[in-house]
Amino acid sequence: MTEFLPKSAEEVLEIIQWAVSEEAPLEIIGHGSKRGIGQPLQTEHTLDLSQLSGITLYEPEELVLSAKAGTPVAEIEAALRAHNQELAFEPMDYGPLLGVEPGRGTMGGLLAANLAGPRRLKAGAARDHVLGVHAVSGRGEGFKSGGRVVKNVTGYDLSKGLAGSWGTLAVATDITMKVLPAAETETTLCIAGLDDAAATLAMAIAMGSSAEVSGAAHLPEGVVGRFIEGGFSGGGQTVLRVEGFGPSVAYRVDLLSRLLGHLGSVETLDEALSRRLWREIRDGHPFADGSPAPVWRVSVAPSRGHELVDAFRRAAGVNVFYDWQGGLIWMRMEADPEAEILRKLIAHLGGGHATLVRAPLPVRAATPVFQPLPPALAALSARLKAQFDPKGLLNPARMAFA
Amino acid sequence: MSGLKMPQANAATLKKRAEIVADMRIIVPGEGVVDTENEMRAFESDGLTAYRQMPLVVVLPETTAQVSRILKYCHERDIRVVPRGSGTSLSGGALPLEDAVLLVMSRFNRILDIDYPNRAVVAQPGVTNLGITHAVEQEGFYYAPDPSSQIACSIGGNVAENSGGVHCLKYGLTANNVLGIEMVLMNGDVIRLGGRHLDAEGYDLLGLMTGSEGLLGVVTEVTVRILQKPETARALLIGFPSSEQAGQCVAEIIGAGIIPGGMEMMDGPAIRAAEDFVHAGYPLDVEALLIVELDGPQAEVDHLIDRVEAIARQNGATTSRASTSDEERAVFWAGRKAAFPAVGRISPDYYCMDGTIPRKQLPRVLAGMRALSEKYGLRVANVFHAGDGNLHPLILYDANKPGELEKAEDFGADILRLCVEVGGVLTGEHGVGVEKRDLMPEMFTEDDLNQQIRVKCAFDPNHLLNPGKVFPQLHRCAELGRMHIHRGQVPFPELERF
Repeated sequence: MTEFLPKSAEEVLEIIQWAVSEEAPLEIIGHGSKRGIGQPLQTEHTLDLSQLSGITLYEPEELVLSAKAGTPVAEIEAALRAHNQELAFEPMDYGPLLGVEPGRGTMGGLLAANLAGPRRLKAGAARDHVLGVHAVSGRGEGFKSGGRVVKNVTGYDLSKGLAGSWGTLAVATDITMKVLPAAETETTLCIAGLDDAAATLAMAIAMGSSAEVSGAAHLPEGVVGRFIEGGFSGGGQTVLRVEGFGPSVAYRVDLLSRLLGHLGSVETLDEALSRRLWREIRDGHPFADGSPAPVWRVSVAPSRGHELVDAFRRAAGVNVFYDWQGGLIWMRMEADPEAEILRKLIAHLGGGHATLVRAPLPVRAATPVFQPLPPALAALSARLKAQFDPKGLLNPARMAFA
Repeated sequence: MSGLKMPQANAATLKKRAEIVADMRIIVPGEGVVDTENEMRAFESDGLTAYRQMPLVVVLPETTAQVSRILKYCHERDIRVVPRGSGTSLSGGALPLEDAVLLVMSRFNRILDIDYPNRAVVAQPGVTNLGITHAVEQEGFYYAPDPSSQIACSIGGNVAENSGGVHCLKYGLTANNVLGIEMVLMNGDVIRLGGRHLDAEGYDLLGLMTGSEGLLGVVTEVTVRILQKPETARALLIGFPSSEQAGQCVAEIIGAGIIPGGMEMMDGPAIRAAEDFVHAGYPLDVEALLIVELDGPQAEVDHLIDRVEAIARQNGATTSRASTSDEERAVFWAGRKAAFPAVGRISPDYYCMDGTIPRKQLPRVLAGMRALSEKYGLRVANVFHAGDGNLHPLILYDANKPGELEKAEDFGADILRLCVEVGGVLTGEHGVGVEKRDLMPEMFTEDDLNQQIRVKCAFDPNHLLNPGKVFPQLHRCAELGRMHIHRGQVPFPELERF
């Protein structure tokens, strides 16, 4: 068992070329903060990119940042903060949910997991912000794709292709991202007492308005007490975040109150509390309690989320909260994951996907962690994997079809 | 590109033309198959009109099942297929081939569903970009990406080209606004990617498909995100004595945390051509003109207009006007939007380039262009999506003068090389197509290109879909599949093994 700790892209290339010649599968990790997601790996060797670290280019006025794959996300976010900028897709931190200390994770992991946060519904995910990559394929060949400019249609967008591939296609060594100005301020409007269906309607009205809502979540009665240290009183809370320049935020919060005020009692959270709340929503805080109970991350059409939960509850004990206007559902199971039932319901309600982001090892080994694909799509995905990694050396079987 | 080489026609396909036409009529009954020279003439080129080629036959299917049967039929018989939307490509992406079926998607022209609660529209690929906005504007919604050809270009073509527009910096490209597609692979497989939910299950094939220029699959349905129209929009028209000052102003606007809805720059020749043509009231004594459009709630727009004006003054702006009505804003934009035809009035022909550069390199690239302009003896006018660094130099030439087209093309290629040299790219939004195909090695190594072609191999291993586009040379997939094993020592033998 060898743990490779390359310090340069050239060393990564050499290691993968060696793995090709020896047909030696590799587990690819950064900080290992998301190691618990996916089918369990049984590789003899590990390629640890945490020493391949450092921001190589940051030009705030050009809205661009490049970093080596092992650069801590925390370091990148600190550098951006110094210029009032950010990764606008608000990458979540899986650490707390998976029992890893918070604040870990690398640039490479951020792309490989296609991270996003509550702002996903307005600003997109990592895939929407990656501009270019340098990577080494499972063939042991270095390649680059994209560039450092936003508008670029020169050749296939392999950078997007690596987003969400969980290290199964190629090992990124350098990644270039679009960065954006951080909002001057933010406020969250909270509506109390709505049930899941009424909350879904309220969030749809808010998102369909000109208030430019950048976060729309519903925290049902069963979980609401675990947010902001129990600062919410009473039943469920439907929360809407408004960000931007001061006068604009004030105007838009007022607009939302006028649109939705008749639905229930309305309060606002100040900037500090609002930031805290959305970080907790982002990281699945209510379920990050050290327990190993299975947690699903489900994405469906926003209007169908509550219907899915309603139907699933008839089959299994589950605690949930909703982000992304109701389309992202975090579910914690009381017992087994009930993957087949859940996925049948998703298909029945117009499609989407469910990822079992947390489960004890034996459960993960027995359950497809990622959404199983229809046959033609699975075949295409397998052909793509074979083109990048014909010998199946990179994170073998981490995604079931790959 | 005048010496453009396309893949050699397959003689066996040409010989079987009558049989292929008859079989196409079985798959697509009625008026869906066009095979006379006269009728096919309309399809012999796209927006890059310097290149023309009659197709083998034109087929206009109406259903996904027909598309699937056509592709499967062609796949089994080794017949090439060129997909086409509205034919507005500026890079020859839909240029027919003599031995290829031209698959025209224009009869896929219906909007299938408007879903306001999920802010999604499901459309067939032949619906125009503007058609989507028209379908939802009565409820105050619109579809954000707005390529200048939006009145004609199709949403399926937008997916193929990852089309942009003037609002990209704030609202993103096609890739950021498409939620899902249905597509047909060359082997006839029908595949759905995404939908009304966010993010892909499995690999981000939607990301790979967007901007793949019709080489990976044929899009038969598109689901896009729609947005509520901003409450207000106001524009500033700002003149500078130099493009350096205008460029610095752009950098400082962004540095101040302001992302305008649109930010366009024109150079002296472009300003004067546009003003002569549309009389938008542009100042003629400046060397660079910025149009900065701010959109959002009234309170925000008014607040930001003041801040942008102050930044412009600090950077030496000599004129600055803020629009006070939508009519005035439209006049500000009229000159910019008419820049291409305006340049067309001062020159018999023009050749539009499409590189993107890091914004701060603008002065260097403009200076380089002036030198090239002298070298080639051809004039150039520049319009620039200043927010995102996408440059559209318009090279003025006269195709009737022998050798001038070639000279313009060489000039254009030199400009694109310059863009790559300063850290930019060959094409920002028009696509590679046939036009920039042979320049790809300026930006990519052989390994880079081979990895892209391997993606093609996963989707279309026999290279039957839109061959001759994007890649200077399509290596056979079998050849690319071979592994080159570098036998050697274990790297870092000094590492402890445990």
